[in-house]
Amino acid sequence: MDATTPPPPGGRTLHRFANPGRFLRISGRVLPVVALLGLGLTLTGCVWGLFFAPADWQQGDAVRIMYVHVPAAWLASFGYLSLAICSVLSLVWRHPLADLAAAEIGPVGAAFTALCLATGSIWGKPMWGAWWVWDARLTSVLVLFFLYLGHVALVRAFDDPQRGYRAGAILALIGVVNLPIIKFSVDWWNTLHQPATIKFTGAPTMYVGMLWPLLLCALGFTFGFVAIVLARTRAAVMERRIRGLLMARAQEADAR
Amino acid sequence: MTHLTYIMAAYGLTVLVAGVFAVDAWARMGRARRRLAAIDPRANR
Repeated sequence: MDATTPPPPGGRTLHRFANPGRFLRISGRVLPVVALLGLGLTLTGCVWGLFFAPADWQQGDAVRIMYVHVPAAWLASFGYLSLAICSVLSLVWRHPLADLAAAEIGPVGAAFTALCLATGSIWGKPMWGAWWVWDARLTSVLVLFFLYLGHVALVRAFDDPQRGYRAGAILALIGVVNLPIIKFSVDWWNTLHQPATIKFTGAPTMYVGMLWPLLLCALGFTFGFVAIVLARTRAAVMERRIRGLLMARAQEADAR
Repeated sequence: MTHLTYIMAAYGLTVLVAGVFAVDAWARMGRARRRLAAIDPRANR
């Protein structure tokens, strides 16, 4: 399917939101709100978690690392899921903004995954006595980090950006199989990493005084992640427009 | 507070990584906006 082929049915609604000018207008209004929410919620959650939430009876104050480690871990998976959704939008509906968004999600997702691994390692040293263990959860998150890096490298590996976007989208869709492995690794295998304390299927097994700051941090991190990706995507849209205008001017000058 | 060094390292790293990405994204957006406005005056609307 070439770039001029109309999108399949169902893609028309999506394409209404693909106009770069419309995206810049809407995102320009949304971005400050999302950024402020991210900053405010993260600060509130971190201060609550650091100074007001109780210490754990077994882990002591080291449990406070949870308020940055767990949101980073959730966002590592959420970021990859959004990368996969953008890849579907790009491959199936040829959504013009999906490629740009995927290319901008990659580095941010990789950074949050690295943060999850690093803070987990810092938490693991005093609790497990080791910076790293080849446990199923840790290893599958490390694989996720490499998938992000692979996507970032692949998108930039071609002279023709469209080929890079397509290769990156295929890799993102193949790698999505790693997400359930990460989620269920603590149930499928005997791991040093603790099982999930917050589940969709039951009440959380965490003291409510620890749960609230954790949820605030998770929400704040999510808004922060969205704000960074939105800002990068806005920049990428404007950069593409600049390239297009400069190319058009150069072609006009050549034609004269 | 027990394990203070580990806690500070984890929070410090988080602030550093998130801060660098946020500042970079805002600076890149500002640069692109100024450049686009210089090339295409309609972009100021």
